[in-house]
Amino acid sequence: MPGSNLITLSLIILFLPLIGFITVLLFGKRFSKLYNFEIGILSANLLLTLYVAYEKLFVFANQKIAMDATWFSFGNIPGIGQLNIDLGIELTNITVMMLFVVNLISFLVHIYSTEYMKGDSRFSRYYSYLGIFTFSMLGIVLTDNFLMLYIFWELVGLSSYLLIGFWYEKDSAANAGKKAFLVNRVGDMGMWLGILILFTNYHTFKFDTIFAQIGLGNIPFGSEAWLTAAGILLFMGAVGKSAQFPLHVWLPDAMEGPTPVSALIHAATMVAAGVYMLTKIFVILSADALTVIALVGAFTSFLAASIAITQNDIKKVLAYSTVSQLGYMVMAVGVGAYTFAFFHLVTHAFFKALLFLGSGSVIHAMHHEQDMRQMGGLRKKMPITYYTFLTATLAISGIPLFSGFLSKDGLLAGTYAFGLLTGHWTVAIFGFVVAFMTAFYMFRLVIMTFHGEPRNKEKYDHAHETPKAMTIPLITLAVLSIWIWYTPNPFNPEAGWFYNKMEVKTTVVPQDMRFNFMKTEAPEHETAEAEKTTAETHETVESEQVEGTTRVMHSEMYEHAMHEAHLPTMIWSILLAGLGILFAYIIYQWKKISADELAKKWPWLYKFSLNKWYVDEFYDKTFIGGTLEFSRWLSIFDNKVVDGIVNGAATLTRGVSAVSGWFDTYVVDGLVNFTAFFSGVLGFGLKKIQNGKVQSYVLVVVLSLILLFVMFLPFF
Amino acid sequence: MAHVGLTHFLILSAILFSLGIYAIVVRKNAIMVMMGIELVLNSANINFIAFSHFGNYGISGQIVSLVVIILAAAEAAVALAIVLNLFKTYSHINVDEVNKLKE
Repeated sequence: MPGSNLITLSLIILFLPLIGFITVLLFGKRFSKLYNFEIGILSANLLLTLYVAYEKLFVFANQKIAMDATWFSFGNIPGIGQLNIDLGIELTNITVMMLFVVNLISFLVHIYSTEYMKGDSRFSRYYSYLGIFTFSMLGIVLTDNFLMLYIFWELVGLSSYLLIGFWYEKDSAANAGKKAFLVNRVGDMGMWLGILILFTNYHTFKFDTIFAQIGLGNIPFGSEAWLTAAGILLFMGAVGKSAQFPLHVWLPDAMEGPTPVSALIHAATMVAAGVYMLTKIFVILSADALTVIALVGAFTSFLAASIAITQNDIKKVLAYSTVSQLGYMVMAVGVGAYTFAFFHLVTHAFFKALLFLGSGSVIHAMHHEQDMRQMGGLRKKMPITYYTFLTATLAISGIPLFSGFLSKDGLLAGTYAFGLLTGHWTVAIFGFVVAFMTAFYMFRLVIMTFHGEPRNKEKYDHAHETPKAMTIPLITLAVLSIWIWYTPNPFNPEAGWFYNKMEVKTTVVPQDMRFNFMKTEAPEHETAEAEKTTAETHETVESEQVEGTTRVMHSEMYEHAMHEAHLPTMIWSILLAGLGILFAYIIYQWKKISADELAKKWPWLYKFSLNKWYVDEFYDKTFIGGTLEFSRWLSIFDNKVVDGIVNGAATLTRGVSAVSGWFDTYVVDGLVNFTAFFSGVLGFGLKKIQNGKVQSYVLVVVLSLILLFVMFLPFF
Repeated sequence: MAHVGLTHFLILSAILFSLGIYAIVVRKNAIMVMMGIELVLNSANINFIAFSHFGNYGISGQIVSLVVIILAAAEAAVALAIVLNLFKTYSHINVDEVNKLKE
């Protein structure tokens, strides 16, 4: 099998962090320097990943490398047949790219944390948690089936929970961890139901088998609604993990965790897992499901961006910006531009990790001050942090020459083309408005933090540039936020190797459930009723997969629309980003317009945004309040009815016991006492005979003998 | 002179037995009680020998009475020891007052 050594290496990459986790967890207390072992493991992992990624992308570029092993077998079940549960990993181009991203950022965060977490009382425990997180995240990336996906999905949820609540002495951190865990549970429940729908129908968890079955027209329960439902339920997992509306509330709170963790888990990798999963299952999403996904993503990105504008906590702004960008990616999957969704995932991972690590650097320098109103003027004190941070800000705002522009422009073009092809312009409008807002709030953040005069003189005087262990990761990530790594032409992502290495997948849902632009030019294969036709369709699917190497996305029609969308999108997005930056400068740098007066002018709008659209309050009143109210009712029911029954039973028992006790005391005891009394009386009488005088005994014996003689005399 | 038969021996034995029992029951002195016991034993001996003589049993009766004599000797030894101990404990040998086990 080609590339079987790549499989072995991938398995090593997967399990090394687990070994690190176990070692550091068990022996970390005894050997305080053991965290270096975890860092060593990560660097080994990074080197291995580089090799695997190179081999996969440039040697086995068009082959899928996969390996399966039966985990356990249920044997031959009547009505189903042989039922095996397989575990396996697969390497596609997207997989190894993601593998590289996860390992690199994890490695950088490990380095960064040596300085950031210095002196923490649970230092080695922190590193072991990073180990288990890296292991679980790599599991999600490598898996080729839904079961392992779900298992690792839950494991990243667990490590996220552990790391958010890492400083559990703070109530807010402990609560944030709990909130993240519970909110994710809601999404994961839906995802699990989606997986079960597929498993019930195809008796396997493997992606490829399920996709091939659907490609044959064999849709769940023979109903189109079920296929759409499965898609939307699976999407719910992404809604939870990637913090989409309405489950986005946990991510901003997750900022209670250490900042490097926010960079690794809650900005770059774990929250992107939802989008990664969507790119994997994209082929089975029907038009309806895609529309839902696109609208949820678009709305989330708008909601989060509108909140980010008024937040004052530097990490909160970044958190909402993350939610907004994730909304972008989800929206891109929804409009069919999933390659750009993944592209944006990768570029976003780098620049958002950079933003978080940069903010961590600021927070570190300001002695754990997170409020931007206390900052200002830090540019002179922390030049490296400032320039790397600025790079990332330019990237996220979508300024040409930076990585963010490439992917953002691509996915906005996707929404534009979607508008052209289907007439759904809502998504595109949301997308462009958010592009403006993103540039605005990101520059607001930069200006408030780094420009102008220091607002808190005392803290400013103590601030200093952070040590090398923190600045080197920043520089690395800043370098990766430049366009040159992805494409030689800074205005055309499609010219670069990165875009062209991503696999183009053809959707496998039945023709009449696709968007028009995704329909293939072979409508006669639409209905696969006779077996002969089925076989024919199968062949078509196969030939399409082979054709995939010619890189036609969806259809010629779609390619055409994308092409048409390219120029207007570029102009609009640069214009809007520029406008956003301009506004930020006018308001916060030059202070031509006072932000406070704007807030006074529309107090309602300002409060609405500052209080995060009152989503948390709404959940507090409805779900949490409802649950509490329901619990109260249940407690009343418990107290009155259940306890009533129990107490009634107790009273009844007591009554019966009283009767039984009375019977015992007077009848049974009476009998017993009477027996004793009788014996006593008898004994008292008889004891007179036992006077201890031998002679009287002899007398009795003799008299009795005589009596006996007399009695027996008649018989002789 | 009337012929002395089995009946005479039995009557003698009965008289002896009765006297023995009387002595056991009435006497307070332990030694006297012992003497009564000897009388009872000897009345039994007379019975054995009489039956042995008049019945067709060989000499079994005589042998048994010899055993009884040996028994009586042993019994006398043991009983005298008891009486001595009684005297040691109570300074008298009045069987009426030897009732310590009663309490």
